[in-house]
Amino acid sequence: MAAPFTAVQREAREHAMSMPLEQIDPAQPEYFVHDTVGHYFERLRRDDPVHRSDSPYFGPYWSITRYADIMHVDTHHDVFSSDWARGGITLTDPPEGEKLQMFIAMDPPRHDEQRKAITPIVAPPNLAKMEGLIRERTRRVLDSLPRNETFDWVDKVSIELTTLMLATLFDFPLEDRRLLTWWSDVATMNKKLNPDALEPHERMAELGKMLEYFTKLWNERVNAPPASDLVSMLAHGPATRNMSPLEYMGNLVLLIVGGNDTTRNTMTGGLIALHQNPDQWAKLRANPALIESLVPEVIRWQTPLAHMRRTALKDSEVGGKLIKAGDKVAMWYLSGNRDEAAIDDPQRFIIDRARPRQHLSFGFGIHRCVGNRLAELQLRILWEEILPRFPVIEVVGDPVRVRSTFVRGYSQLPVRIPG
Amino acid sequence: MPRVTFVSFTGEPHVVDVPVGTTLMRAAVDNSVSGIDGDCGGNCACATCHVFIEAPWSTQLSPRSDSEEDMLGLTVDPRPTSRLGCQIRLTDALDGIVVHLPQGQH
Repeated sequence: MAAPFTAVQREAREHAMSMPLEQIDPAQPEYFVHDTVGHYFERLRRDDPVHRSDSPYFGPYWSITRYADIMHVDTHHDVFSSDWARGGITLTDPPEGEKLQMFIAMDPPRHDEQRKAITPIVAPPNLAKMEGLIRERTRRVLDSLPRNETFDWVDKVSIELTTLMLATLFDFPLEDRRLLTWWSDVATMNKKLNPDALEPHERMAELGKMLEYFTKLWNERVNAPPASDLVSMLAHGPATRNMSPLEYMGNLVLLIVGGNDTTRNTMTGGLIALHQNPDQWAKLRANPALIESLVPEVIRWQTPLAHMRRTALKDSEVGGKLIKAGDKVAMWYLSGNRDEAAIDDPQRFIIDRARPRQHLSFGFGIHRCVGNRLAELQLRILWEEILPRFPVIEVVGDPVRVRSTFVRGYSQLPVRIPG
Repeated sequence: MPRVTFVSFTGEPHVVDVPVGTTLMRAAVDNSVSGIDGDCGGNCACATCHVFIEAPWSTQLSPRSDSEEDMLGLTVDPRPTSRLGCQIRLTDALDGIVVHLPQGQH
């Protein structure tokens, strides 16, 4: 079942299906706040899968909306650059001084070298070591939840669990862990789209404080023997130990947002999806072994990062359209994950799909999410611990969605656990 | 039908017989051999069908393409024997091939 069709959804659908094609511009924050963007993507996949828009926020850009075309762009990093100096990986083109130098926004060979420095911490051998700790923390957080009263699932569960995890990966002082949440939010703020966001200079000042805090940690760890936390790995890794402060800042933002926003919103999204699909809830309760395929399905259904951007380095054809050197290209993972040509019955949330891992949420090619297995592990443990604890979790109000065309997430979800 | 022996990280063999032309990734995934994920469906785009193939079998394989090299660079422990299972199609000459799996796919 797709999300219930409220009046807002019906109206958006009519609009999306009837408006002149050339006027469609999916990168509208309103579409994300109301979760109506899917109708516009459906129209584009059908009528103009590689589509050019002129955005009031981002200027001209291409939307790639079909699964196969996204796979093509994502796997041709020689044609479609991620380089921060060309604009990086989001539709926004930050002015000079606000460009973040992080390895996700680099091309080979520098990307490969820096990525390799941090890969071991999120690779299977280390995850096997961390599983016990993650489970113990998840239990503690779930056991501390209030009963018979309404509370915010985003704050008490999703943020708490992902921030604890992130603090562990960085070996960051636990008492200050909510700073990581704040910096993650600051990093993805965009004043153009959200009037409530910090002014650009305030945003950079906050990121400067983040750099200052982390520089202290760096200095402690660079003088100590190499340890298995991310800061120590960066401080000792041959490819990263001589990073400039701006590169250190950029990579911190990458690791903080990558390890935080994404899993956080998928933790919330999973509960919403199950709430909207009681038949799937029942199926899961009857057979907890389905958590294995539930997790990738939730990641597909949520698609916590709606797009990744590339910049064309040369002219090439995608889906019959000529994309010219210098053009800005949005791979809409959110759209590709609803493409009926690649996924059976893609609008439905189905926890026992035959090939649930075939989704675009982690991206493909050399920039594929490095933390994917950690994210899956955290989500698996969360559901393994929820099922025996809470026979019922009531979602008692609508979620509040984040005003962003990049992060597809939630700032609040009111729930109540009877008991 | 070529026979493939997948050997898990902990040493357990899993033998499957598959038609000529099947990739090693599909041979594993379609026969529920755990330890190979194949998230991208065989597009050489995720590196979650990472395997190790030793001599004499390795000498009969076509060399790695540039994109296979790129993707193997993402794996946590690439070795000279590393390959992506989706890039290797089984032939009669590969009947009996032994394929070792890493600790996990990433």
